[in-house]
Amino acid sequence: MITIESLSKKYGGRTVVDDISFTARAGRVTGFLGPNGAGKSTSMRMMVGLTRPTSGGATIGGRRFADLPNPGREVGVMLDASAQHAGRTGREILTLAQQMMGLPSRRVPQMLELVSLTEEEADRRVGSYSLGMRQRLGIAVALVGGPSVLILDEPANGLDPAGIRWMRDLLRDYANHGGTVLLSSHLLHEIEVIADDIVMIGSGRIVSQGAKAELLRAAGTVVRGRDMQALEQALRASGLTTSYDDQGALCADAEPGVVGLVARESGLALTELRTAEGGLEDLFLQLTADTSREGKAA
Amino acid sequence: MTTIALDTVQEERAVVQRVPLSRVTRVELRKMFDTRSGFWLMASIVIAALVSTVATILFAPESDLTYYTFAKAIGFPMTVILPMIAVLSITGEWSQRSGLTTFTLVPHRSRVILAKVIASVTVGVASMLFALAIGVVGNLVGTTMAGTDLVWDVSVAHAVDIVIGSLLCLLTGTMLGLLFRSSPVALVAYFVYALLVPTVSGLLATSQQGYRDLQPWVDLNYAQSFLFEGTLTGAQWAHLAVTVTVWLALPALIALRLVTRSEVK
Repeated sequence: MITIESLSKKYGGRTVVDDISFTARAGRVTGFLGPNGAGKSTSMRMMVGLTRPTSGGATIGGRRFADLPNPGREVGVMLDASAQHAGRTGREILTLAQQMMGLPSRRVPQMLELVSLTEEEADRRVGSYSLGMRQRLGIAVALVGGPSVLILDEPANGLDPAGIRWMRDLLRDYANHGGTVLLSSHLLHEIEVIADDIVMIGSGRIVSQGAKAELLRAAGTVVRGRDMQALEQALRASGLTTSYDDQGALCADAEPGVVGLVARESGLALTELRTAEGGLEDLFLQLTADTSREGKAA
Repeated sequence: MTTIALDTVQEERAVVQRVPLSRVTRVELRKMFDTRSGFWLMASIVIAALVSTVATILFAPESDLTYYTFAKAIGFPMTVILPMIAVLSITGEWSQRSGLTTFTLVPHRSRVILAKVIASVTVGVASMLFALAIGVVGNLVGTTMAGTDLVWDVSVAHAVDIVIGSLLCLLTGTMLGLLFRSSPVALVAYFVYALLVPTVSGLLATSQQGYRDLQPWVDLNYAQSFLFEGTLTGAQWAHLAVTVTVWLALPALIALRLVTRSEVK
């Protein structure tokens, strides 16, 4: 379990991470989502002691990272797959981690096999690796100590679709065995398919967090019926807030099941009933718009 | 695709021992050899020692074929190569960004730096012993070929001084590496320190009487140079202690403090 409490980082007068608090729980994949420059990497560096927080802190299983006696055995970290000496072979980098953690040498070929790096690839210098191969090596280094917590910054970057699928299955499996996974991404879709919990961050602040299912549900329901006015009245009479979207459909702030029941009790025929899409996406786009070029042009 | 199952994640914390300093040192020592540049730097110690020995046998006047001549000829390239090894051992973590992994596996930077210093000094001592041994072989072979008498004009105490002098060069490299955390900047700084500063200091000493009296107390290079010449007097040890404290120990402590507080990106 990773607990982040009131973590903040200021550079001079600029606040990069602004009082964030959240918990990444065991047995779940927590997605740390935000546009580029939102403060994800800085937050992750603070969790593992590479950057000093201005205030607040993070604990892993109740202890500060620096207090872990052999951190690699408890927390697997990959912050930047490219941050390796280009002159070392993949096998050598993995071996250095294995030796530093005091693990048996058989862990090295095991991990290479786990991340599907061939013997020939492992003996090449990392300078010649593709980004995808570096990500696989980084995952191998993170997992070699058999940790119960994983902290991964943009692990899917540079992976091909099959690689992304592989990574997703690996992390799912890891969480299902009781592991804690915190991974960051600037891509909503990536987080949506893998995460159980989502922490969304923009300009250093948490703008939304919770279970993915709840965040998606919070977007409400889109509904159409033969008699739209009667439908609207019935929904309002049940205490729901409604509005029309630009397609002329009604949006209600409840689950589709609730809306369906209201319609049946009022004897109204429905022509469409579904979860409103993109509640998270709207929020995310809004965030991105504040920082992206498209947003400024618009 | 996954043929090996993940380890079962342990619910309860395994009994984990603190990473011992000896292990960190061993890994840091390995990191000094395991890249192409690292390997060739190490190989250059052997190559330089052999080339210097052969050159001394071929070109030194017969009357100079003594052990000291060999020790000096082989020792000089060491004072260039050893600091480079020490610099790169430190700066690689930043220049190559491998520090992201190193400092998360051992989240106490002063321990990593201490391990690097121990590893560098180990390499330094081994290299100097190797150089002195090659000098013995050079002296035996050289005098046999020239038909001159064997002269062993380096006492054990002097040999120890030579090793200490070389280690001070190496540690200066470590200090500059910590201070600049960039391979090119630290290497340039070392050569400015080792080549330019002594020249300027020497010129100043010949022109300014006041500075000439002061030089042994402020010029580390100058104070250090006597280690290679022979055994030191009490005053010379005092000069060395003062200059090492001011130009090596103090900057190293400041640099270490900066390193422990800085951000690793």
